[in-house]
Amino acid sequence: MESEVLIEARALTRRYGPTLAVDGLHLTLRKGEILGLLGPNGAGKSTTMKMLTGNLAPSAGEVLIGGKSLREDAKAAKRALGYLPEQPPVYGELTVDEYLDYCASLHGIARKARPEAVASAKRDCGLTDVSRRLIGNLSKGYQQRVGLAQAIIHRPPVIILDEPTVGLDPIQIREIRSLIAALGRNHSVILSSHILPEIQAVCSRVMIINRGRAVYNEPVASAKSAGFGAIAAVFRQLPDARTLETLAGVRRVLALGEGRYRIEVEGNADPREAIAKTAVEGGWGLLELRAEAQTLEEIFVELTSRDAALAEAA
Amino acid sequence: MSNILNIARTELKRIFLSPLAWAVLAVVQFIMGFVFINLLVDYANNAGMQPDDTIGVSDYVAGSLYGFATILLLLVMPLMTMRVFAEERKGNTLVLLTSAPVSITEIVLGKFLGVLGFILAIVVLMAAMPLSLHWSTNLDWGRVAAGLLGLFLMMMTFASAGLFVSSLTREPTIAAVGSFGLLLVIWLLNILGYNDSIPFRDVFNYLSLIGHYDSLRRGIFNSADIVYYLLFSGLFLWLTVQRLDMERN
Repeated sequence: MESEVLIEARALTRRYGPTLAVDGLHLTLRKGEILGLLGPNGAGKSTTMKMLTGNLAPSAGEVLIGGKSLREDAKAAKRALGYLPEQPPVYGELTVDEYLDYCASLHGIARKARPEAVASAKRDCGLTDVSRRLIGNLSKGYQQRVGLAQAIIHRPPVIILDEPTVGLDPIQIREIRSLIAALGRNHSVILSSHILPEIQAVCSRVMIINRGRAVYNEPVASAKSAGFGAIAAVFRQLPDARTLETLAGVRRVLALGEGRYRIEVEGNADPREAIAKTAVEGGWGLLELRAEAQTLEEIFVELTSRDAALAEAA
Repeated sequence: MSNILNIARTELKRIFLSPLAWAVLAVVQFIMGFVFINLLVDYANNAGMQPDDTIGVSDYVAGSLYGFATILLLLVMPLMTMRVFAEERKGNTLVLLTSAPVSITEIVLGKFLGVLGFILAIVVLMAAMPLSLHWSTNLDWGRVAAGLLGLFLMMMTFASAGLFVSSLTREPTIAAVGSFGLLLVIWLLNILGYNDSIPFRDVFNYLSLIGHYDSLRRGIFNSADIVYYLLFSGLFLWLTVQRLDMERN
């Protein structure tokens, strides 16, 4: 049985004057998923997120959050949302406690329940030590955490994070990532980023957006186990590349110079073992043998640059 | 309703956390105190000069002091309202409100109510000056109250117009200059009313901000004046809501 759909965007389109920022985007988020939105700069990630959170009205299309239309029943739909925009929306002149208490009240948490909500959000984001400090005096990383605490304080089913790790140091990035992964166990998360390893590390599904269109939408696991289409090999001396082509499973061998070869394989065949064996028997001096798995990065580059090339040709 | 109050409470807190509010209160109080003492000395010197004592101390205080206050507040209120939306937009904090389950009307009313809280503080300071005379003379409190009510309503209209201008821009200083200009133009509309050759001069005269305050200042409570101020504020608050709603499109 498929789990509950929390966000559904149908044919989402947004125009800024003549420019088409988002073009007929479909998006679904199920319970317990962490969806990564990936795309080059200006691909429409932030615009999409603004539309999903009701900060921008779509030119066409519709957003349903928990079955409630963002246009017709905005309040009910927004109740199920937590949103951290690119820049955390924090007031520098308030303390962390004051600010989070205000956020809790905005999300309709009853006065009595607020201290508990604030405390648990602070615990989750590692803010307990800075409770009484002014947000304006905190470092960027801590401000980002305050922004994150604000997004989860009312324990919404859906959390939307726009580039949550931008501008943080490597340790803070790791902390925020593990926090997001932890959140993903109880909430559904949409995360935008242009950092590929980040998406690979925390997301369960990836959607690549290019020029306002979704060009890729697959589970992260499938990108990892997609198999490989070629083998990279380096030999000290290979008498004749054609010898390799006689091996089972090898389709074509390309010499790249300086002993480097790219060996294309047929279907799901894995001729690596055979190649190693033949190389040892022939004394070719095998230095390197590696499957060229298609990584998310390659998929990303392929999908986004192909489009750019097409556009240039047109 | 609770949303409006929550926003108002935080807005008021943030106003008083900024040094601007305290600086404004201090400067206003200093200038008003200066004028107040001047008026008192003036009154004391002229006491007994009138044939039948037609002008009392309340006339002096509620009339001249509060009349002067309006000019000062016209200069000061744009400073208090400039940051309300402009600064939020500049600091990208408006998103906090727009992605929370609150309507734009609630946001605008909450912010407005917060500014009204600050206005109330000014009114209290304004009331304190005649209050200090309470033990030494007989004051016409009804008249002072009418003047204070007029001041409050006047500042309320300043605030609503300022809120609207603040929602138009992301630069607080532009919001301040803009709302000052807007208020001054509405204030001075009655200049047109003095010119016989202008059509609808009565309309301009009526729309001007000054005339309606003058009667309250003289202690005349006319519900038409009150309604004028309420309609004026309502109009600009409505425009603010429309402006913020447009932003999503």
